[in-house]
Amino acid sequence: MADPGALLEPLIPSLRRYAYALVRDHDAADDLVQDTLERALSRWILRRDGGDLRAWLFTILRNLHLDAYRRGRRQGTHVPLDLAPMPGVAATQDNAMEAQDVLAALDQLPEEQKSLLLLVGVEDFSYEAAARLLGLPLGTVMSRLSRGRQKLRAILEVGRATLLRRVK
Amino acid sequence: MNAPPLPVGEDELQAYIDGRLAGDRLAAVEAHLAAHLDLGKRVATDRRQRALLRGQLEAKANEPVPARLRIASLQAAHRTRRLGQLGRIAAVIAIFAVGVGGGWYGASLGRPGAGTVAQTASTATVTQGAVAAYRTFVVEVAHPVEVDARHEAHLVQWLSRRLGRPLAAPDLAKFGYTLMGGRLLPAGSGQAAQFMYDDQSGKRLTVYVRQAEGGNETAFRFQREGDTASFAWIDRGFGFAVTGMALREELLPIAEAVYHGFERGEDAAPTRKD
Repeated sequence: MADPGALLEPLIPSLRRYAYALVRDHDAADDLVQDTLERALSRWILRRDGGDLRAWLFTILRNLHLDAYRRGRRQGTHVPLDLAPMPGVAATQDNAMEAQDVLAALDQLPEEQKSLLLLVGVEDFSYEAAARLLGLPLGTVMSRLSRGRQKLRAILEVGRATLLRRVK
Repeated sequence: MNAPPLPVGEDELQAYIDGRLAGDRLAAVEAHLAAHLDLGKRVATDRRQRALLRGQLEAKANEPVPARLRIASLQAAHRTRRLGQLGRIAAVIAIFAVGVGGGWYGASLGRPGAGTVAQTASTATVTQGAVAAYRTFVVEVAHPVEVDARHEAHLVQWLSRRLGRPLAAPDLAKFGYTLMGGRLLPAGSGQAAQFMYDDQSGKRLTVYVRQAEGGNETAFRFQREGDTASFAWIDRGFGFAVTGMALREELLPIAEAVYHGFERGEDAAPTRKD
């Protein structure tokens, strides 16, 4: 017997991770995950048997996020790109700084590219699954992935240059 | 991008960044990157940023899941809401039934201490809860019960503790009904227990027990709603209802047996509060 709990529980950590990367606020992210799980439970019997449960949940989560975004009720807090460095930042902390920057830089991307980088690069969805999830042809997914990474790199290069100038 | 013409496509570079190439193509991409240093640097940057992003978010996925996201608690909340809606519908039906004066019959069984008429409202509450729960779960195919009859001891112990009263799943075998299991339900500000039975034809019957504080003892009250019939009564602070798709004459002996069963259980094990 397909018990929703046993199937859903193992997927919650990655849903929380994706939600947090989207809204950048811990409570708002858990609200989004809760809404996602409630919707999944209420539509459990409509779920296609043998369908990819994880992709279905990520689709629900993203759609809820987009709905909230369109209604202008997104509660995420934005971390400014050029985080003021602590005085005397050592070179060994550069990586920590860059890590902070990657997440922040991701916020500068259009939602679709941001989701794509997260779904493929962090959540390990196949390109095909990501294409279905975003409702895009595979070719479009590949070119947007390339463009998204290019943009991310550009944002981080500028941010890094700023950072290094400030430290000097 | 001012990289020279690419024997290796951009899609393959993305696949390389994501670590999804193997064998010949992996070797071809690596050779290509080694021969084109600018491109190699660019791809190395993308790989590093991808790894940093994963690392940054790893902690989030390793956090313990907060209680409010546990599936069990979400399901319980979902059921409560659904029952609330059904309860309101049942209340409207009950009021309508009283209004037309045709829905309620009292039937005193001459048992000791039976019979104040003033508690109709309380038995009505019990009936409403029982009928709403019956209608919700009798049609349920996948999850008719929360704990099934194989774990009867656990079920009875659990429900007894939650209701603060020793319970037993009445034995209805002589009426052709066997225990399927039971579940805990919200009932007003307290809890209710539902035991579900079925017969060989799959016809289901429920025994419902809820807290009814301050309620005096009452006689059996019979109510019929469509094809669903229910006998309800209040006894020592608890409301009971036997509900099924049965005729009044069929249901009455079952209700009596359940009443005597709980009466004995009460004598054998005095009420405790949890």
